[in-house]
Formats: sequence, C-alpha cells, structure tokens
Amino acid sequence: MSRTLQAPVTVAFDYTRSTGPVIGRFLTGLRDATIVGGRLSDGRVAVPPPEFDPVGHQAVTEFVELPDTGTVTSWTWVSEPVAGQPSQSPFAFALITIDGADTPWLHAIEADSPGDIETGMKVRAKWAEERTGSVTDLVFVPDDTVAETRDASAPAAGDAEQVGRIVTPVSLDYHYAASPEESSFFRGLAEGRILGQRCPKCQKVYVPPRGACPTDGVPTAEEVELSQVGTVTTFCIVNVPFLGQRIKPPYVSAYVLLDGADIALQHLILEIPAEEVRMGMRVKAVWKPRDEWGTSIENISHFAPTGEPDADFDSYKHHL
Amino acid sequence: MRDVAVVGFAQRQMKDFDGSPSMAELLVPILAECYEQTGWTKKDVGFWCSGSSDYLAGRSFSFVSAIDAIGVLPPVNESHVEMDAAWALYEAWVKIQTGEVDTALVFGFGKASAGVLRRTLTLQLDPYTMTPLWPDTVSLAALQARLGLDAGLWDEAALAEVVNRSLTDAEKNEYAVRAGGSSVDELLARPMFADPLRKHDCAPVTDGAAAIVLAAGDRAREARERPAWITGLAHSSDGLHLGTRDLTISGSAERAAAAVGGTAGVQVAELHAPFSHQELVLRSALGLGDDVRISPSGGALAANPMFSAGAIRIGEAAKRIWDGSAEKVLGHATSGPALQQNLVCVMEAQQNGRAK
Repeated sequence: MSRTLQAPVTVAFDYTRSTGPVIGRFLTGLRDATIVGGRLSDGRVAVPPPEFDPVGHQAVTEFVELPDTGTVTSWTWVSEPVAGQPSQSPFAFALITIDGADTPWLHAIEADSPGDIETGMKVRAKWAEERTGSVTDLVFVPDDTVAETRDASAPAAGDAEQVGRIVTPVSLDYHYAASPEESSFFRGLAEGRILGQRCPKCQKVYVPPRGACPTDGVPTAEEVELSQVGTVTTFCIVNVPFLGQRIKPPYVSAYVLLDGADIALQHLILEIPAEEVRMGMRVKAVWKPRDEWGTSIENISHFAPTGEPDADFDSYKHHL
Repeated sequence: MRDVAVVGFAQRQMKDFDGSPSMAELLVPILAECYEQTGWTKKDVGFWCSGSSDYLAGRSFSFVSAIDAIGVLPPVNESHVEMDAAWALYEAWVKIQTGEVDTALVFGFGKASAGVLRRTLTLQLDPYTMTPLWPDTVSLAALQARLGLDAGLWDEAALAEVVNRSLTDAEKNEYAVRAGGSSVDELLARPMFADPLRKHDCAPVTDGAAAIVLAAGDRAREARERPAWITGLAHSSDGLHLGTRDLTISGSAERAAAAVGGTAGVQVAELHAPFSHQELVLRSALGLGDDVRISPSGGALAANPMFSAGAIRIGEAAKRIWDGSAEKVLGHATSGPALQQNLVCVMEAQQNGRAK
C-alpha cells in the first residue's frame, strides 16, 4: 500500500480579461485576419505591440498593418506536445519576424518533421475560418505549402467593433496526494472510524490530523480514535445557492467538536429545522449505508441531534 | 547598512515526493536542521518568509498549510512570495536592514511532480499573447538555445560540456536526482527532446524544499563560527515579451551583477541555470572568468526543485565559506521564462572587507 492516498484532480477556470487599446487593436487585427504591429520609440515595429515601450516606457500609440508572412528567427521542435498547444501532434514553436516588423513573435508552425523547418525560412499565416480575436486564430506554415488563406472580404458591420475582452480558459491536471496523516484519516473513514492525532508537546488532538502541530511545529505522531458524538461550537445557515451545491438551502453547516478532540470538524447538521440549531447542541455522526463508503468524509452523511442536554458554554469556549 | 550573513541551510530534493503538496511534513525536519545548526529555537527567528505557488500545488493557500511546520501560536512575523525562496531571502534581508528584526528564516517548497511542470509554468507568461498557445518552458528555452547556436555564440559540444561537468559533480551530491557524467560524444549521440535541446540539457522535474537562516552582526557570529557575510544582494527583471529581449544575453543578470559591484574575486559561483546553454549566458552576463568554479553541487541540471532551487544555490555557495574552502562566493537564482528575472547574492568570509 502506498504511503499516501492519491487521486487525479483538474483545476479549471475561464479567465475573462479586458484588452485595453493596444492589445485590443492587435487582437482585433487577428480577428480580421490582419497582423498589427506597434511602433516603438526608436522607430522599430514590434509584433505583438507592447502596451508600453520596453525602453522608454511611453504608451505605444502608433499601429502598423503588416503582411501575414514572415521569416523564422528561431525554432524548436515540440516532440511531445502538452494539452492546449496549437497541435497535439509534433509541431514547431518559433520566433517569427513578420515582414515589416523588427522584433520576432512567438507562434507555432505546422510541419511534418523538424527537417521541414530551418532558421531563415519563409512562413505564412494559415488563418482559422472562424476567428474570435485571439492568437489562436492562426498558425504558421512553410510559405510554399499553402496559398493565401486570408479572406479579402471586409469584416461584417457588426464585427467592426474592436475586441474589448477575451476569455482564456485555463485547465490544469494534477495527481493530488493527501499527506500521510490525512491519508490515515481517510482510510479510517473507510472503516467507519474517525481518527485524529495528538501533538506530543501540547497534547492537543487534531482532526483531521495534520503533518505538524500548528502551535508547536512538531510532527503529530500518536493516532487517536475519536468519539462519533460531539458539540456544535458554531454554525451558519446557508441560504445562498452556489455552483455545485448538493442540498437545497436553507441548511446548516456547523463546526462539530467531537468528544476528545481539540479542533472542530466542519459538517452538515440535518434532521432538525435550521432555525432550531444552536451553539452547544449535542450531535452524532450519521453514516451513509456501508456499501456507499469510500475513503471520503462523505461517508458521514451528516450530523443529527442526540437529544442530550446542551453542553455548557464553558466546555467548548476555548475551541471557538 | 547592517552586516547580514547566511548562517544556516538545509535542503531535501527528490524525484517524487510521496506526500501532500503543502509539504509541511517535509519542512518540519528541514526547520529542525536549521535549529540544530544555529542552536536556536523558533523564538529566535524574528521573521519568516516563504516562496511557493498554488499553481504548482494544485490547491489554494498551500503556503498557509505549510506554516504549520513552523508552529505559529503565538503568531509569528511572516510573509510569502510567489517566487523562488531566493527572493524570500531578499525580502528577509530588507526586513533585517530596516532594523525591525535581527534574524530570519526563509524557505521554499514545491511538488512539481503533481502536475505537468513545463505546462504549469505557462501561467507565468503574458496571458493575452502567449498563454493561449500554451508555450511550455522547455520550448521557450530551446528557442533561446537555437538563437545562440545560429549566432555562433555556443555550439552543441559546449552545451554537452556543461552537462557532463554538472552530472559528474552531481555524483557527490546526495540530493541530486540526476547524476553520472559520461562524455561529450556520448551525450551528443542521445536523441533530441526539444531540438536543439536533449533531455539532459533540461533540468529534471524535481520535488523539494529548502531553508536558509539569516542573521545580523553578533547574532550571526553566535550562530556560526565562519558566517557567510552577504556583501552584495540585488535582483533585476527583463520585460514580459520574448521578442523585445535579446535572448542570447541576460540584461537583468548583468544589471544585478553591476548592482552588487561586479563579481571580481569570486572563487565559486553556484548558478541557477535550468538549461545547459543558460549557464553560458549567465557566465558571460555575470562576468565570471574561466578561473571561477561553477556549480560544484551539480547545479540545476542535477536537481531543480521549483521555488527552492535558487535558494539552494545560495545555500550551497555559503557552505564553501563556512567550511573555509573559499573566501568569496556567489549564489544566483533565476525565475520566469528564459532567464527573465535574476538575483545575485555575493557572500564573503570577511565582513564587508573588514577583518573579523
């Protein structure tokens, strides 16, 4: 058995960004199948146009429309592409100096093999049929392999507006590992047990266990099985719907201080109207049917009132 | 200026860390080593600063979980940078200069193996004109390498020589995840990975963490017999767009070296060069001659844990002062694509030229 529990996880978010006048001008050009450069303070033309001059730092305000052909200034062969790149079969990333520009642009070249690419070769843009105003609206190809793909037609009237914002989806895949201490917690849950660990120095019991006592900075080695009964220390009534919500609001999310623990565990309080949940209420873990268990805190469906008298405030006031 | 020295250093580097990406369980023994080296407890540390990234960890607030390793009740004076811990060291050095604290412990950590590192690092690029193409870090370094090859500034044999020396030196480094020299001919016979770079030209994906202890004046002398006094510390950055930089040189490394008054007299330089050709760029930018011993630890080509590899260069260089084998050393750290950001830390046995 591996020391830790691991699972794949994907973290994804679509970033919406406003473009501003300079990048907006550049991306509008790409949408209209035109490469737009910006003139720098020393007279050079840069593609993409930087918002501010890299030397003098003044705003770049003069734009130049350029042809969609250029020269390879440097290149590399991507033998093992990663997700999201312009091609999922091997291709070239290159620094391409657009004809009429003075600084190279990082982009991709489609080719069959690295033997088809060399420094100094001419390349031409191959434009996507549907363009949104993004650097992904085109890819470069060796100049002799395609005829011009730019459509000469002017953009439709509705499209004449400048590209003001873009959406950049970001998605990253991880192989996520729980710490050894968290792993023993989750393995305990798979056996119907709630495990914590005791700090050898301050004797506090942490659940879920952590790699080190946050007070003393020493490993929390001793394993402690906790009671399945505890006290609500504090709670909130969730009234706001959100993405991924599994229970219809209103419902109660609470901190439950299990008997024998020094830190509360967050969980749901059900089987009682939300407005009757209170600090000091005694609750017990209600488990899902055993055949639904995994190595997850979701093995515990929720906590429900035990019917015992409420705990004295003094008994949990140091755990708030 | 207050005289500040590096007086403690601990590290762990490995191919795959079997643990959580917040790495508290790896940091606990590292911090314990720092206490042992200095004779301190956590109460002796006036300021803490860490370097890490949630993008690398794949979870939010990983640096907050990591400070469990310190033990932060009562609360400690703490900060964080989303950069290599070498920049955390810079922040801590500034903090000591303000007079607010006399001591600091900086650390960095990262579990690069949790994701696809060369892809994750795409998120440090310009989000408008670069990230949508997902240009991986290895490809960007390869574009830089070819510019120098085409310009005749280096050749493939020169890159292989850097690799051969690094991996030979790495045989003596217990933390190296790649080690074992061979020969230039044998290295050049291996297949291309990101033409013109072979896999051995690129730093191995590495998990790890490291910590460095700083102290001012008497606190430094109490903690270590021969402190590595920081006599020059500076960092600089180049622009965001690759096209407007000359990638065959490193303007930011040159400026950092100039800001510390140059590198004359440096005997050992630990350079953070994650790609073989970048060592050649850095040697030239930092003005390091043939008589300077480069990266005796094996450098980043032997192990390159994100967010601590730069700090490890400073720690490895400081060790040469501690053990008396050098009088003046340099630790260098880089961050960003194709050597965009560079930090230089010069350390000496003599405290600002004065006798001890």
